[in-house]
Amino acid sequence: MPARDGVVYTETIVHAAPEQYAADAPYQLAIIELDDGVRITGRILERAQIGDRVRFVEERNGVAYYRK
Amino acid sequence: MVGIGKTAFGAFADRDLRSLAVEAVENAMRDAKVEAKQVEAFYLGNFAGPSFVGQNHLAPYVGGAVGFEGIPCTRFEDACASSGAAFCHAWQSVAAGIYDVVVAAGVEKMTSQTTPKVAEILAGAGDMASEGRAGATFPALFAMIARRHMHQFGTTREQLASVAVKNHANGAKNPLAHLRKVITIEQALAGKPIAEPLTVYDCSLISDGAAAVVIVPLEHAARYNPRFAKVLAVTQTSDHVALDHKADITLFPAVRAAGEKAYKMAGLTAKQIDLAELHDCFTIAEIIASEDLGFAAKGQGGPFAASGATGINGQIPINTSGGLKSKGHPVGATGVGQLCDIVMQLRGDAGERQVARHNIGLAQNLGGSGATCVVTILEAA
Repeated sequence: MPARDGVVYTETIVHAAPEQYAADAPYQLAIIELDDGVRITGRILERAQIGDRVRFVEERNGVAYYRK
Repeated sequence: MVGIGKTAFGAFADRDLRSLAVEAVENAMRDAKVEAKQVEAFYLGNFAGPSFVGQNHLAPYVGGAVGFEGIPCTRFEDACASSGAAFCHAWQSVAAGIYDVVVAAGVEKMTSQTTPKVAEILAGAGDMASEGRAGATFPALFAMIARRHMHQFGTTREQLASVAVKNHANGAKNPLAHLRKVITIEQALAGKPIAEPLTVYDCSLISDGAAAVVIVPLEHAARYNPRFAKVLAVTQTSDHVALDHKADITLFPAVRAAGEKAYKMAGLTAKQIDLAELHDCFTIAEIIASEDLGFAAKGQGGPFAASGATGINGQIPINTSGGLKSKGHPVGATGVGQLCDIVMQLRGDAGERQVARHNIGLAQNLGGSGATCVVTILEAA
């Protein structure tokens, strides 16, 4: 089974959002390195930093959300 | 390269895409003393004309207005490296002996859209099914690159800001620059956050503009213009589009490869380059490019920039034009625009920005978050 949880490889808090996500801003975008080594771009609910362990919460509109 | 031509870069409510492109091409042809009927092929870089202004089929659309008759006119799209790619292919066609007179140009008309809409259009240079869907803008992608570079090498916000301060100081002296404004480190650090840790001062501008060059075989060059520039190398490389597919985001493999190949083609090393125009779409991009091209050691691009080594009087002047930060970044025009800026320096025409040693210049044009790179090395006649 593919890994679901992982570690924050890098992150940013987006203030100037593209038009279709303007209502979400500010939001934390991150590249998560999953436990099987695969990296995926998703969002972090609340806040996490590089190196923090995060767990998968849910997938919404094709985007994976994580939480510390 | 026997002719260069640029428009000013800026926000021009009364100018459309075609008129900007025509102005740049006509300036380049005048500089080369070439008429439209002598041009055998037209290579036009443009990132997103169809999205920005609703016009497709751009190369013959511009070419017809210039007066090109029946020649091949083709648009090149490689995100922000679109006109670098157009130039690379134009040069290859002349080097291969297919044509004797070609024009390579770039144009973008961006300011008729709102900033959020521009961000959405530019996000298309990334992988829309993954990073785009998650809400990644280009500032966000480069912010994630910056965060990782800071984490691994200790690069600081002040070092990033020093790039913006230097480029604004240069651009303030460039009559064709978009934002001719000197800024301080304090202003840059206190700028409005765009994508943390990047503020508005770390991000290049949304601009309108165009640039063009005329290329002929080297043995004919002096006949057209004794102030020609010799193309010592042009290389184009590629990499993954999605940032999360890259093993190490603190470097750009496409930039490294394009640089290594260009140095080899030119028979030069980084130490022999007198000045460079690097693709500073974001301050971190200039810092990483300075490392990838061998001007600074890996991880040391931040302290290198902050030391003044990349200033007009530094050991390797970078972005004497003001860079994308101050000169402006009409995305499809940027690659050829950099070439025009280098040639002005090689000719000794850069005025207040003129560098002391100006025999060999390098331009680096980046597409997306590093999925395309074009490196060009030019030598004064």
